[in-house]
Amino acid sequence: MTFALKTTNLSKTYGNQIEALKGVDLNVEEGDFFALLGPNGAGKSTVIGILTSLVLKTAGEVEIFGVSIDHNFKKAKSFIGVVPQEFNFNIFETPLQIICNQAGYYGIDRRTALQRSEKYLQLLGLWDKRNDIAGHLSGGMKRRLMIARALIHEPRLLILDEPTAGVDIEIRRSMWEFLKNINSAGTTIILTTHYLEEAEHLCRNIGIINNGALVENTSMRALLRQLNLETFVLDLETGLDELPAALHSIARLVDRSTLEVDIKRGETLNEVYDALSAASIHVTSMRNKSNRLEQLFVDLTRNPREASP
Amino acid sequence: MNPIAMLIAFMTIVIKEITRFTRIWQQTLVPPAISTLLYFVIFGNLIGPRIGQMDGFDYMDFLVPGLILMSVITASYQNVVSSFFGAKWGKSIEEILVSPTPNLIILLAYICGGVARGVLVGLIVTSVSLLFTDLSIFNGWVLASVVVLTAILFSLGGFINAVFAKTFDDVSIVPTFVLLPLTYLGGVFYSITLLGDFWQQVSKANPILYMINAFRYGFLGITDVSIFFSYGMIITFIMVFFAISLYLLSHSKGLRA
Repeated sequence: MTFALKTTNLSKTYGNQIEALKGVDLNVEEGDFFALLGPNGAGKSTVIGILTSLVLKTAGEVEIFGVSIDHNFKKAKSFIGVVPQEFNFNIFETPLQIICNQAGYYGIDRRTALQRSEKYLQLLGLWDKRNDIAGHLSGGMKRRLMIARALIHEPRLLILDEPTAGVDIEIRRSMWEFLKNINSAGTTIILTTHYLEEAEHLCRNIGIINNGALVENTSMRALLRQLNLETFVLDLETGLDELPAALHSIARLVDRSTLEVDIKRGETLNEVYDALSAASIHVTSMRNKSNRLEQLFVDLTRNPREASP
Repeated sequence: MNPIAMLIAFMTIVIKEITRFTRIWQQTLVPPAISTLLYFVIFGNLIGPRIGQMDGFDYMDFLVPGLILMSVITASYQNVVSSFFGAKWGKSIEEILVSPTPNLIILLAYICGGVARGVLVGLIVTSVSLLFTDLSIFNGWVLASVVVLTAILFSLGGFINAVFAKTFDDVSIVPTFVLLPLTYLGGVFYSITLLGDFWQQVSKANPILYMINAFRYGFLGITDVSIFFSYGMIITFIMVFFAISLYLLSHSKGLRA
């Protein structure tokens, strides 16, 4: 199997002796949509920095599509497009200049650069802004500009470091669709995000880093199967003054018109509904109390040793 | 990267650099013209006739080569230090660093940008000087080569400064406290033969003295020091600064953590 990214015992100790990565072994398959999650300061950005040569590794090996960064980093870098967390373009240049210059750094001739610039700026809804000063664009436009810039050399591996931070819901969802299409077309994507709903919605596989160590590297489905308990919130049609005694063992009243029920792994919601129907309580809507991945994430990063399989 | 791709990357950075300094021409091209105009008016026209001759030439003719080269030094240094530090500070330098463009190409392109501004400013100042004197050229090859080599050297100096700089204050320290005194004491305004033996020897420790003298030789055919030694010194400095710059591009904590 070809791995888009394979790290072996990847370690990084910064000059101030902070051990940012402690022997990370990470595999991302070609064509994958991979979530790399972790709390702030866990080491995600250090991994991305090493892949893009902005951080020098202390030890370990990195291969990008089978090319070792120790043997041919220039070739390995040509496979990667990166969308960093912070805006890192010249705010005095226009989107068209920024993207065409980026193409130039990858050795792409001017004519091809202009054709691709139009393609990606159109796709990301920025074509009308191509000659505006980049510093004057809105936050969402700047994020999309960085995505267009990362795609200009049509990389096989796209790395997105919190690409939807500070972006409104509508634009976020349109970016999700765009990224899903890019992934469907064959581009491997590695995504870091603090929106766990985003990771659950987009990604097939997941790695969780905590304190510089990889505490989980599995498929999203396998990870969600680890969930032992889910809490659902039920909105009631008619308010209740107190919970019928028959329901005390399975539900609790949050307020007059809201119930919470806990469902353990292997249990179904049917018995809850049966009990509610028997008590003539009608449910108008239901939702998870918290994002499922969020619950697992909190568990894994709180006490990784106990939580690891 | 194949050679054509490297050439495209090189030209991209060079064009970007030239576009940058021509876009802000009010900050980059006009000030040296005005300041040298004032030098010519005050030192050349007003004070110069009272000074009389310097090494057998009118003071204005003696002054012109030094002022041109001083402008070249300042412009090439400022171009690279401000552009590279600005890109580092705003993080847009990452656009280049994450790409497969080799460090050698990055460095050469930034040098080229610095040389382009240095030479352009040199031409502007030369044009201004024509308002005050008729320039004669003793050796055009020496003039051209000294201008280019000096611009390369100070572009490299600006690059090293930019890599180490953490704040905008750091960018102005070297030009203010090192470059300016060395240039003023490097024989722009006087011949070191006016100094006593001790201060002549001290002056010879100033590398800018050799550049200014070599350049003045190209115009007037006179020099206080050996031309060949001047070339040797400039080229040696270039090689050392070039090696340091390349090393910093790969290993500096200011660029790659």
